[in-house]
Formats: sequence, C-alpha cells, structure tokens
Amino acid sequence: MLTLRHLSKSYVPGKPVLQDIDLDIAAEGLTAIIGPSGTGKSTLIRCINRLVEPSAGAILFEGTDLARLSGRALRHARRHIGMVFQEYNLVERLTVMENLLCGRLGYVGAWKAWRRKFPPEDIRRALDLLDVVGLAGFAHRRADALSGGQRQRVGIARAVMQEPHLLLADEPTSSLDPKTSVEIMQLLADVARSRSIPVVINMHDVGLATRFADRIVGMSGGRVVYDGPPAGLGDAILKQIYGGEDWLQ
Amino acid sequence: MTDAVPTSPADPFPKTLWPRIAAFALLAYVIYACAQLDISFARVETGLENASRFFSRLFPPNFARWELLVKGLLESLQIAVLATTLGIALALPVGLAGARNLMPAWVSWPARALIVVARSLHPVIVAILFVKAVGFGALAGVLALTVASIGFIGKLFTEAIEEISPKQVEAVRATGAPFASVLAFGVMPQVFSRFIGFATYQLDSNLRNSTMVGIVGAGGIGGTLFAAFQRFDYDFVCAILIAIISLIMLGELFATAVRAIFIDGASLADLFRRRGASHRDRLVEDD
Repeated sequence: MLTLRHLSKSYVPGKPVLQDIDLDIAAEGLTAIIGPSGTGKSTLIRCINRLVEPSAGAILFEGTDLARLSGRALRHARRHIGMVFQEYNLVERLTVMENLLCGRLGYVGAWKAWRRKFPPEDIRRALDLLDVVGLAGFAHRRADALSGGQRQRVGIARAVMQEPHLLLADEPTSSLDPKTSVEIMQLLADVARSRSIPVVINMHDVGLATRFADRIVGMSGGRVVYDGPPAGLGDAILKQIYGGEDWLQ
Repeated sequence: MTDAVPTSPADPFPKTLWPRIAAFALLAYVIYACAQLDISFARVETGLENASRFFSRLFPPNFARWELLVKGLLESLQIAVLATTLGIALALPVGLAGARNLMPAWVSWPARALIVVARSLHPVIVAILFVKAVGFGALAGVLALTVASIGFIGKLFTEAIEEISPKQVEAVRATGAPFASVLAFGVMPQVFSRFIGFATYQLDSNLRNSTMVGIVGAGGIGGTLFAAFQRFDYDFVCAILIAIISLIMLGELFATAVRAIFIDGASLADLFRRRGASHRDRLVEDD
C-alpha cells in the first residue's frame, strides 16, 4: 500500500532529520509512530504527502513514486491522502461546512469552488459526516467558534471527505486534554476500521499509542529503532527510543 | 510618594548628555529656520490681519450658483468611484503577485516594484502628468487616482497576505486542491475582512483627493474651487468648502456602514438600531 524506501531528509545539508527510513504500511490498520520531539516524526509524515520535500528516497503509494511527482499528478495523488493536523489547521473564518468541503477541492473546479457550487452529494455527505463525528447541527458555525476537540473532529471529517485511501495524522491529540484525546483516537480508529484504510499517526503519548495502535514504529534520532506490535514495547525499547529511564517509573 | 527614595545612592534616572544636545540643536534649528523664512512677530501680525479680512469675506456662504456646485461634486464623486473600482480591480492581482509567501521571486519582485512606483508620487503630481498626457478633464483625474489606489491597496493587500497563517493554507493544499482553490478557501477568507477595510478607506481617500485633482485641471469640484479663488468669490469658495466637507462626511458614514456589514456581519437594520460602541467591540473580537 505505502512503501518508503531509503527516505532521507535534511533541512540543513549535513544534518539529516530522517536517515534512510524503510517502512511498509499495510492496506489496513492503525500505525502509531512514537518518539521524542524533534526526532523527525512530523517530517516523516509530511514527506509522505510532500508538504515537505524529501531529500532522497522513494515513497511508493498505489504503484507510483510520490517523490517524483509534481504539478497536477502530485495534486491528484494528494486527493487520496487525508491529513489531520496537531493544531487542526481549519480555515478559521470559514464555516464548518466550508471546511469540510475543502476536502472536495481536489475534485471540484476552481471556478465552481469560488462560487461555492459544490455537488449536492458532497454536501449531503458532509452533513452525514458531521453526524458521525458528533457535530450534527454545527454546519453553519464558524470554525473559530469551536472548542479544540470540536475543531479536531472537523479536521478529521475534512480528511474523510476526501474519501482517502490513506489517512495521516500529525500529533492529532497533542493540543487536547486527556479525555478528548481518547475520544479523538477512538474516532480515528473507527475511521480506519469502517473504511478499511490504513491510518498513520504520529504521537508522543506512549499510553495512547499502545492502547489504539495495531503496530508501533519507534523512532529516535531520525531512524526507526522499533517496529512491531504494542505488546513488544518493553521498558528497554522505550529507553532506547526516548533515552533516560527516570520517566518510566 | 515623597518617601520613595531610591535605596541605591546612584540616581535611578541618570541625566544623559546626548538627548539634551539633540533637543538643544532642534531648538536652535527652529529659531534659525524662522529667521531664514522671515517668520517674525510682525509678519504673523500682518498675516492675522489679512486672515481676519479673508474669513469675514467667506461668510455668509453663497449657494446662488448651486448648479455649478452640484455638477462639480457629482463629477468628483464619479471620479472617486471609478478610480476606486478600477484601482481595486488592478490592485488585487498586483497585490497577490507581490506576496512572497505565495509567489516565486520572479513574480513578486516586479509586482512590488510596480507598487513602489505607484506609491512614490503624490496624486497631484500624477494628475499633472495625466493632464499633460491625455488632456484636461475627468479622465486624467480617474487615471491619477487609480494609480494611487493600486499603490495603496496593492501594498496593504500584499502585506495582509504575507501575514496569513500558513497552517490553514497547508491544510487546503494537502487535500490536492489546485492553486486557485487554495486561494479561494485558504487565503481569501483570511484576508477578506481586512481587504474590505482597505477598499473603504481608499474610497474615502479617493473622495478627498478627487476634490483636489481639479486644481490641476483633472476634473471635479477642485476646478470650480480654484476658479472661485482666482475670481475672489470667497463666499462661493465657502459654499464649496461646506459642500466638500458634507460629501466627505457622507462618504465616511457609507464606509463605516460597509465595514459593519462585511466585516461585522451586521444587517442593514442593525446599522440604524445600534451605533458605536457595541459594534466596535465585535470588530475587535473579530480580529
């Protein structure tokens, strides 16, 4: 489904953030990438949909190498990859409905988008999705009037509007309180299961990761140091990922 | 408060030498400039005498030639509206092209250069150039104020776009949206209310300037005003000035209403119901 080969990225020459990452993501299941801050988790996930340009390596997704695409081909590939952000990244001054419809912009012509002429089935689907994420009746609220948890639900709904074949989430719960974090993780897990799509989530909360993920990828210093089931994530491995041991007590 | 003696023996506000020297130098220059320009007490006195005679001749204002007045005012209004519309239409693409966070350098630098050129000359100078180029009349005034509008709105629009949150744009881009749709959903919503602010301010400014370009022959009430001055028809001058002030005030009311409707989401009925504080509060919250 998604295969990364020798993926490397350095923002400053000679100081690689990602070093030679090889990763295979299966067609289903929730994969959590854990690791300390600054270890390249965000960079890795942003390289996949090319919000960040990889320095070297291949990103094979549904038979094409995303690293080689540009222009229209890249935009078409992005349509199949949904993304959820740490700070939600909703367009603050647009309504919830408009934010959801952003997920269809890859399919609706620009002139129609300017005039807000979306196909009625898109609008119907958006309303259904709002129901699914627990925000029925919020369609005409402005995004900046929502709470953090509500915004992230809109963020997830926007990504699902794309009918993605792959869902990426970059620290989706880091700006949320513990209770809301669990609800958001549950929602992402539900999306993964009901749509049978792979979900790749960056996070630093080990507890949440082991609770929801089918597979854990541990990163440290820009490299993958653990790749396996949550059950295999022992103290020795956590120590290797995060360093130190006092926090494990 | 008198017992607030500093605990340290050192003066907490040390007297600095340079600011004092600078203040003294400024004072010296002011005196020197007055002497150079022959601005003396006696000169001010004769000036005041002349002023009192002039002001007494201004009143009462004479509205006998009101047809000429209305014709001039309407022409000024037309110049202002045309120049603002044309200016906005041209400033939008230029301002967008100048935004370095959206455009490559080879697009943004020429756009920025154009904006700098449009801003560098005063509208009166530009009006003189257009009068020489296309001849006397309103067309020269419209063109001159259009140039001014491109400079002003273009610059502010560029800055507004450069200050937007890149996160919102990134999210729209990540959905595979084409560039024009990214503009529609990621960029425009972030700058639209500020843009309405610039546009209404520019209309206000063009209205004021459109009363002036007539002085150099570029159409509008300014020409009438200048002619009245030259014929010493001071009571008519006064009537023209009162009319201009009224026009500007009406323009300002209109601009406030437009801002309230577009930025604040007020309805037309709201405008008459509550004025002032309540909507200003909501404006602040909105930003």
